Amino acid sequence: MREIGFEKIVETVSRLFIEANTELGEDVLDAIRKAKDMEESPTGKEVLAELLENARIAKEEQVPMCQDTGLAVVFVEMGQDVHIVGGHLYEAIQEGVRRGYRDGYLRKSACHPFTRANTGDNTPAIIHMELVPGDRLKIIAMPKGGGSENMSAVAMLTPSVGKPGIMDYVVKRVKEAGSNPCPPVIVGVGIGGTLEKAAILAKRALLRRLGSSNPDPELDQMERELLERINDLGIGPQGYGGRITALGVFIEMMPCHIASLPVAVNIQCHAARHKEAVL
Amino acid sequence: MGEILRLQTPLRDEDVEALRIGQKVLLSGVVYTARDAAHRRMMDLIEAGKPLPIDIKGQVIYYVGPAPAKPGRPIGSAGPTTSYRMDVYSPKLLELGLKGMIGKGKRSKEVIDALVRYKGVYFGATGGAGALLARSVLEAEVVAYEDLGPEAIRRLVVRDLPLIVVNDVLGQDLYEEGVKRYSRQPQA
Repeated sequence: MREIGFEKIVETVSRLFIEANTELGEDVLDAIRKAKDMEESPTGKEVLAELLENARIAKEEQVPMCQDTGLAVVFVEMGQDVHIVGGHLYEAIQEGVRRGYRDGYLRKSACHPFTRANTGDNTPAIIHMELVPGDRLKIIAMPKGGGSENMSAVAMLTPSVGKPGIMDYVVKRVKEAGSNPCPPVIVGVGIGGTLEKAAILAKRALLRRLGSSNPDPELDQMERELLERINDLGIGPQGYGGRITALGVFIEMMPCHIASLPVAVNIQCHAARHKEAVL
Repeated sequence: MGEILRLQTPLRDEDVEALRIGQKVLLSGVVYTARDAAHRRMMDLIEAGKPLPIDIKGQVIYYVGPAPAKPGRPIGSAGPTTSYRMDVYSPKLLELGLKGMIGKGKRSKEVIDALVRYKGVYFGATGGAGALLARSVLEAEVVAYEDLGPEAIRRLVVRDLPLIVVNDVLGQDLYEEGVKRYSRQPQA
């Protein structure tokens, strides 16, 4: 058994959320730069230039790139030979979120669903936990903004619609979302599993590096086709019209029930924030 | 598009009437922040026949819930939130004299009609550019609903806030027109 202390986890989670909110990944910056070259709309080009400038300011001044610093989504891969000492893992994550959002001057965006009263410290975090072999603890911090999350959906499609039906559904979702999720977006697609599993697959898909290919050739081809169809919608940066509506489409798939075809679409704005650490 | 227009708040009818979709604007002066919860409270006051905490005549409301300010700064990151959630409240506020709204995303037909009827304008600010937009904010002061935290109403003094006209007094919509121009899909 390898021991990892409570405080170490708190510090790590806190640091990851501050970093994720202030420093946009190189892969995203590269994708926006390329998009700016490809964009035909002058207004679209200007929007993309603003996003690059915004990322530069955020990093330089250590301020969040977007005021919506998200609900705190945390993916944990815990080796089965890890033992947490000094407290409960989930409590350490919650405390890390509390501390990161306070010390990083990040906005607290968690509230009661009816009264809308703010919880005041951005907890509770949404934790997705997986037990894996080994003695390491991997923590991925993913602050998820509300605007793009609101445009996401799960559908229980009829199996007979097949692959074309899945693709039509994804394109329809992005089209209906229009300017709301702050395009250019990244589209996470989860296919298969159950209602909740499809949604988690879609969210997990958003962690992939922009510019990377899907290891499954069929899904890779599907991602390329979807990206082309989405960019043909003409929504463009911020929805003002243009060539670049999405920077990438990522699919994760698993088997599903013989009666079902769950498909989840999780839309991510350009602020594709995720940072990870392995303890 | 092309030339950038400098505008000063409060806005007069003639300021708004001169604006057309796609026009880039640098806005200066006082703007008020309000989003979901503040709108709901203002609407409750209107329904109860009570005065609003701010005089909205000629004013501009920015849909933003800023991040907390770092020490020595007037405000934290301050980009727009999605506007459609305010659609149910906006026509009434426009009727009462509100001249402009700043946000992102499409507005309802009711809002677009109210902009024509009461002479108002809807500006888009770049969503996700909160660090950049915060640089245009010189002062920020909570003037109502402090308990709402990021959702409180703030009085901002801005200089050259970069915006684009999305809906104008003619009932035009930049989102519709822009997408039509670049879509490679058959038009519905």
